[in-house]
Amino acid sequence: MNGGLWKGTRLTYVALLLAGVMSVFPIYWMFVVATRSSDAMGEVPPPVTPGGNLPGNLDRLFANADAHFLTGMLNSAIVAASVTISVVFFSSLAGFAFAKLRFRGSNALLLVIIATMMVPTQLGVIPLYMLMTDLGWNDRLQAVIVPALVTGFGVFMMRQYASQAVSDELIEAARVDGCGTFRIFRSVVAPALRPAAAVLGLLTFMTTWNDFLWPYAVLNDPENPTVQLSLRALSNGYYQDMSQVFTGTAIATLPLLVVFIIFGRQIIGGIMEGAVKA
Amino acid sequence: MATSLDIRTEPGTPVTHRRPGSPRRHRLSRLDTKFSPYLYVAPFFLLFAVFGAYPLVYTLWVSLHEWDLLAQEHPFVGLANYSALMSDGDFWNSVYNTLGIFVLSTVPQLLLALWLANLLNRQLRARTFFRMGVLIPNITSTAAVAIVFGQLFSRDFGLVNWALGLVGAGPIDWNTSKLGSWVAISTMVDWRWTGYNALIFLAAMQAIPRDLYESAAIDGARPSRQFWSITVPLLRPTIVFCVIISTIGGLQLFTEPLLFNSGTNAIRGGTLRESQTMTMYMFENAFAPNYNFGYGAAIAWMLFALIVVVAIVNVLIIRRAARSA
Repeated sequence: MNGGLWKGTRLTYVALLLAGVMSVFPIYWMFVVATRSSDAMGEVPPPVTPGGNLPGNLDRLFANADAHFLTGMLNSAIVAASVTISVVFFSSLAGFAFAKLRFRGSNALLLVIIATMMVPTQLGVIPLYMLMTDLGWNDRLQAVIVPALVTGFGVFMMRQYASQAVSDELIEAARVDGCGTFRIFRSVVAPALRPAAAVLGLLTFMTTWNDFLWPYAVLNDPENPTVQLSLRALSNGYYQDMSQVFTGTAIATLPLLVVFIIFGRQIIGGIMEGAVKA
Repeated sequence: MATSLDIRTEPGTPVTHRRPGSPRRHRLSRLDTKFSPYLYVAPFFLLFAVFGAYPLVYTLWVSLHEWDLLAQEHPFVGLANYSALMSDGDFWNSVYNTLGIFVLSTVPQLLLALWLANLLNRQLRARTFFRMGVLIPNITSTAAVAIVFGQLFSRDFGLVNWALGLVGAGPIDWNTSKLGSWVAISTMVDWRWTGYNALIFLAAMQAIPRDLYESAAIDGARPSRQFWSITVPLLRPTIVFCVIISTIGGLQLFTEPLLFNSGTNAIRGGTLRESQTMTMYMFENAFAPNYNFGYGAAIAWMLFALIVVVAIVNVLIIRRAARSA
């Protein structure tokens, strides 16, 4: 059976299509404006098809002296890539320990991890900012990378996956062969965790790429922004060249769209699986 | 050689060949099984302690001080920051805005998500296509969404006012009225999170045993009746989960209202603070231009308290609603 109990009626399809159009339209419109000149904003009725101004808009965007857009894209790529690699690695390792190794206090520690997912740590920005000042990390990328290197969500997700995807017999066999726990992790567990690690990686990359509040607080040097801060600088100008701003939002969204179109099925699977177990 | 003492060493094993059974290896492996697990889970706890828990707790300490970025001394002032907040009209304005936007962004979002999930929970062609369709807003960046919606809701050239004009209404100056800016900002949040929550609800709906519906159908319950008497009550834990997550996120709203208001008044949420949320007010006080860490920290803890209270109230409401359903 494909899905639920009831058959989808024609009305179901109409409603879902409508929801899909509402979902896609703002993104589509963003790309439309990005390919037009700024006059398009004042046109009645508003344009809904792409125009031919994208190259010109791109030139103005990358030349914009306030936005440092290229630096922003590069910085975001560095931050999101380092955070993703680290989160996937440490979450897999910890998830493996919680799922497959016996140690005193493991249940209590796991509960603590689940509880941390409910803590609004964002409210600690003030001491965090002071801490970064003490470390001399203000305006530098490690200020946004290091606090995000491992997440409770990641550990929990990998634990859930590891406990059902890795067989105890295989681990026991490797142990009898004289493998240490790290070797077991590397040769037996990590390969089995790959599907979940991929989903965690995608989700982490997208969240990190989109992060705004903490970078906004700690990266105050306008010449060294993440791409989201570049967008803010673009849209905050006194003179608003909307086609240029929208070109910026479109370019900043493009990597995520590509990832989503290629891996959409896995991302949806990851979100839904996590939901059932949570 | 000592190897022969190890029970795991088989009798004919050449002694020169150091198999895993040697005492040194054995001791190492015991250390390994005993301590490695702690080593593997340590990175999370270390990082969370330093960059999560400590700042949150230290916020409380800072809030009890007159703490200015530039000042050398940080005198202890007890609850003075909090009592100043109590008589700070701008603070209460931000509480009011936060709650208003929260209600407008959470209630329609979760109801729509339930409805969408119910639609998706059917035999459908192009299932993945529709699921991707509803999830796509969630993968776009908050900043980009805020900029695009800010333009959709702009007074002069915005598509929303243009559409309203087609049906003879408006135009509305979304930026300069409280309700207008609340609606615009809530729309962004609703747009971004409805599909995500729908997928979570959908996952929970698929876990509901089918025979419940089958026997209800035999008893003559119509689909809508089945939805309210079977689906919704069994979804309660998931609904509670989504409500708590939306409460934590929704009350800390920052990026959307900040980018909805551009220019020098952005952090104030408009010239008359029409849409300044509590997190924005915390930023305005704690960072540029004021750098009053003590006062900002007090706002952070008030927000923390509000999150806890609202989450508890929400859960109680849902429990009661589910019991009476």
